[in-house]
Amino acid sequence: MPKNLQLLLAYWFFIIIGIACTSSLQAQTKAATQRLVLTGSSTIAPLVGEIARRFESLYPGVRIDVQTGGSARGIHDVRKGIAAIGMVSRALKADEADLHAFVIAQDGVSIIVHADNPVRTLSREQIAGIYTGRITRWNVVGGADARITVVNKAEGRSTLELFLDYLQLKNSEIKPHIIIGDNAQGIKTVLGNPHAIGYVSIGAVEFEAQRGAPIRLLSLDGVEASVENVRQDIFPLSRSLNLVTSNEPHGWVQQFIEFARSSQVHDLVRAQYFVPVNTD
Amino acid sequence: MILSERNTLFRLILIDKLLIGILRAGAMLAALVMLLILFFLVDESWPVLSKLSIVRFIDDASWHPLEGAYNLMPMLSGTVLTSVGALLLTIPLSLASALFIVFYAPIHLATLYKRLIELLSGIPSVVFGFWGLTTLVPLINQWNPPGASLLAAILVLTMMILPTVTLTAYTALAAVPEELLRNAAALGLSRWGMIKGVALPAAKTGIAAGIILAAARALGETMAVLMVAGNVVQYPETLFDPVRTLAANIALETAYAMGDHRAVLFVSGLLLMLLVMVLSGMAGLLEKQRHA
Amino acid sequence: MRETMPIHTWQVLRDRIVQFLIYASVLLISAVFIWILADLVRGGFAHLSWEFLTESPRDAGRAGGIASILVSTLLILLVAVLTAVPIAWTTAILLAEFVAVDSAFGKAVRFSLHVLAGVPSIVFGLFGNAFFSVYLGLGFSILSGGLTLACMLLPILASTAEAGLRTVPNAYRMSASALGLTRTAALVHLILPAAAPVLAAGLLLGIGRALAETAALLFTSGYVDRMPDSLLDSGRALALHIFDLSMNVPGGDMPAYASALVLVSLLLCINILAMKFAHGLQRRKIMT
Repeated sequence: MPKNLQLLLAYWFFIIIGIACTSSLQAQTKAATQRLVLTGSSTIAPLVGEIARRFESLYPGVRIDVQTGGSARGIHDVRKGIAAIGMVSRALKADEADLHAFVIAQDGVSIIVHADNPVRTLSREQIAGIYTGRITRWNVVGGADARITVVNKAEGRSTLELFLDYLQLKNSEIKPHIIIGDNAQGIKTVLGNPHAIGYVSIGAVEFEAQRGAPIRLLSLDGVEASVENVRQDIFPLSRSLNLVTSNEPHGWVQQFIEFARSSQVHDLVRAQYFVPVNTD
Repeated sequence: MILSERNTLFRLILIDKLLIGILRAGAMLAALVMLLILFFLVDESWPVLSKLSIVRFIDDASWHPLEGAYNLMPMLSGTVLTSVGALLLTIPLSLASALFIVFYAPIHLATLYKRLIELLSGIPSVVFGFWGLTTLVPLINQWNPPGASLLAAILVLTMMILPTVTLTAYTALAAVPEELLRNAAALGLSRWGMIKGVALPAAKTGIAAGIILAAARALGETMAVLMVAGNVVQYPETLFDPVRTLAANIALETAYAMGDHRAVLFVSGLLLMLLVMVLSGMAGLLEKQRHA
Repeated sequence: MRETMPIHTWQVLRDRIVQFLIYASVLLISAVFIWILADLVRGGFAHLSWEFLTESPRDAGRAGGIASILVSTLLILLVAVLTAVPIAWTTAILLAEFVAVDSAFGKAVRFSLHVLAGVPSIVFGLFGNAFFSVYLGLGFSILSGGLTLACMLLPILASTAEAGLRTVPNAYRMSASALGLTRTAALVHLILPAAAPVLAAGLLLGIGRALAETAALLFTSGYVDRMPDSLLDSGRALALHIFDLSMNVPGGDMPAYASALVLVSLLLCINILAMKFAHGLQRRKIMT
C-alpha cells in the first residue's frame, strides 16, 4: 500500500478517534466539575457574566456559562430545562407564576436625546404622539425645527414590552425610523443623530455620559431619570432584574443566586450602573 | 471527453476500488450536507407552513410576529432592493477597475492596484459594517436623517462585493487571447473600440458569472447590513428610508424567538435559500452556454 | 453627431472620455478604501499592545484583551478545517479524476456543491443551530460552530481542489499508465503533488472565509468570552467579538477598532500566503 494513502487513512482515523476522545473526555470532565447554564436577557448578561467570574474564582469546581437571548428565551429555557437559571429583565407575568424569581438589581428605562437637543422634558402624551407618528417635528414639542428620528427596539426585547406597557400602546401602532437590538446600539444611534429619540436602560446611558458622550436623559412624569431615583423607587419606568428557576433552588444554583444577591457583588452591580438590592 | 479516456487508461485493482469507495463516501457526505440543510429548514418551519397558508406571508398587514402578523414581503423587497442597488453601483465601478488593471494602467500601478483590491476582498463584512456604523451612517444622517438607510446598506454592500466582481472580471479579461487583441489593434481599432468590440464580448460569460456570485453574496449578507440599514420593516419610499432584509431579520430576532415566531424565521431562511438557488440555476445556465 | 464629425476625432474624444471615467472610478475606489483602512489603523493602533493579545477580556470586552477570543477562534477554525478538508478533497478527487463530467452521480454532487456555495451564511447558522446545537445536543459550543463552518467551507475547498486537479496535464496520467502504475499510485505520487499549490491556496482561501465569518456562528458557537476548556464550551469568535463590541457594549469602540485591526492583519497574512502559493503554481506551470 502506498505510503501516502496510509497517511490519508490514518488521517481519517485520527479525526474519528479525536472526536470520540473529546466527547468521552467531556463526559468525564462533566462528572468532575459542575456546570451551570444561564440564558436570557441581554441587559443582565454582562452583569451576571462578571458575577459568574467572581463566583468561579471562589469555587473552582463550578463552571458558569452565560448566554444571551432575551428575557422570553430565559423563561423558555428554564421551563424546558435547557438552562438552570434564566435571566429576566422585567417582573414575572401572571402566566409565569410557576417560576421562582430572585431580584438581583433594579434598573430604569428612560427616554434619551442628543445633548444638543434643547428639549428637557416630554409628557406621556407627547412621547406617545412621537412614537405613533402624530408628532413628526421637534418644534411641536419645543425643540428645533427638524424632523424627529424615532428609535425603537426589535420584537422580543423586554425593554420594548416595558415601554409599550408604559405608553399603553401596541408595537404595530409605533412608527419607527430605526430599529435597534440592544442598549449600546440605541445610544450610538442617538449620539450620531442630534434629532433622534430613543429609550434605553438608564444604567447604560449613565455609563456613556460619564465618559463624556453628548447624550441626555429626559425626565418622565416630572421625575428626573437617574440611578438615584430608581433606587428610591419613584421613577415611573423601572424594572427589576431577575434570576428565575423552575424549582425551589438548591445546591450550586441556590448558592449562586444567594451570591448574586449578596453585598459581595454590589461593586459589580454599581459598575454596570444598576441599583443593587439590599438583602443583608 | 478526455475523462472517459482516463477511465480506460488504468486497470482497476483492489486498492483502486478501495480508494474509489472512500472517495464516493466523501462525495456522498458532501452532497448530503445540502439535503440535510434543506431538510432541517423545512422541518423547523413546518409548524407554521402546515398551519398557515402561504398567502399569510404575502398578505398579512405587517411583520409583527408576536401579534400574529407574518408579512415577509417588505423584507423581501428590502433584500432585493439593497442587492440590486449594490450591483448597479458595483458593475460599472468594478468593470472600470478591471479594465484599468488590464488595459490602462502602467504595469507597476496595475500591480499595486490589484494588490489593494485583493487586500480588500479579504476584509470581513463585519469590519465594513463597523466602519459604516461609525462613519457612514453619521455622514448620511447630516445630509438626510435618519442615516441608517437603504443608501447606507447599498454603499456598504457595494464595498463588500466590489473586490470580488473586480477580480473575476480581471481574470476573465486577462484570459482573452492576446492574438484577438493584436488583431483588433492591427485593424486600427482605438483602445476603447478594441475593449468594447473584442475584449468585453470575449470575457462576457466570465464577468457575468462573477456578478451572479456577487449577487448571491449580497442577497445573503447579514451582519454588515444589520449594522447600517436601520432595520425598520417597510417598503422604502426613498433611498434615505430604513429597510430590513430577510437575512438581517433572522439575525436580529432568532435569539429572541420561540414557537411560531422561530418557525417563521426558518421560513424566511428557506425563502432566502430558494432565492439563491434560482440565482445559481442561472449561473449554471451561463456555464452551459459557455461550454456549448 | 457621429456622422457630422470625422470618425477619427470622434474616436479620440470617446477614448478620452472613457479613459477619464475609468481613472475617476479607480481614484474613487482607492480613496474610499484607503479612508477605511486609515480609519481602522487610526482607531485601533493606540489600543493595540502585547497585553491586548495576551489577556482575556474583562468588563464585557471594554478592558483586557482578546486572548480567549483568539483561542476560541483558532479552535473553531481547527474543527472546521479538520472536518471539511477530508470530505471536500475526496469529493474533488472523485469529481476530477474518477467520474465522467456528464455522469449522473457527478452531476448531482456538483449541483449540490454549487447550491451550497451560494447558501447565505445566516442560513448555515440557522441550520447549525437546529442540527448541531439542538438536534445533536452539542449546545452552544465550539464544536457546533466549527462543524457549521465546515459545511460552509465544503464547496469552497471542493471547487478549488477540483479546479487544481484539472490543471494537472493529462500527460502525467498517460505516462503513469504507461509505466503500469495503479490509479491510486498515480494519484498519490504524481497528481496530488502536482496540484498541491492549488490545494494549499484553496485551503488558505477557505480559512480566510471562516475567519471572517460572523452570521453562521451567531447561533452556534455562542457569546461566552472566556478561555474555553474543551470543544464543548461556548467560545466567541473574533469577528463576532467585533460585532458584539460595536453593537452591544457601550464604550466598546476602541477595543472593536483594535480587534478589527487584528482580524484584518491576520486575514492579510493569510491572503499573502495564498497568493504566494498560487504564484508558485504559475511559475511551475511555466517551467513544465
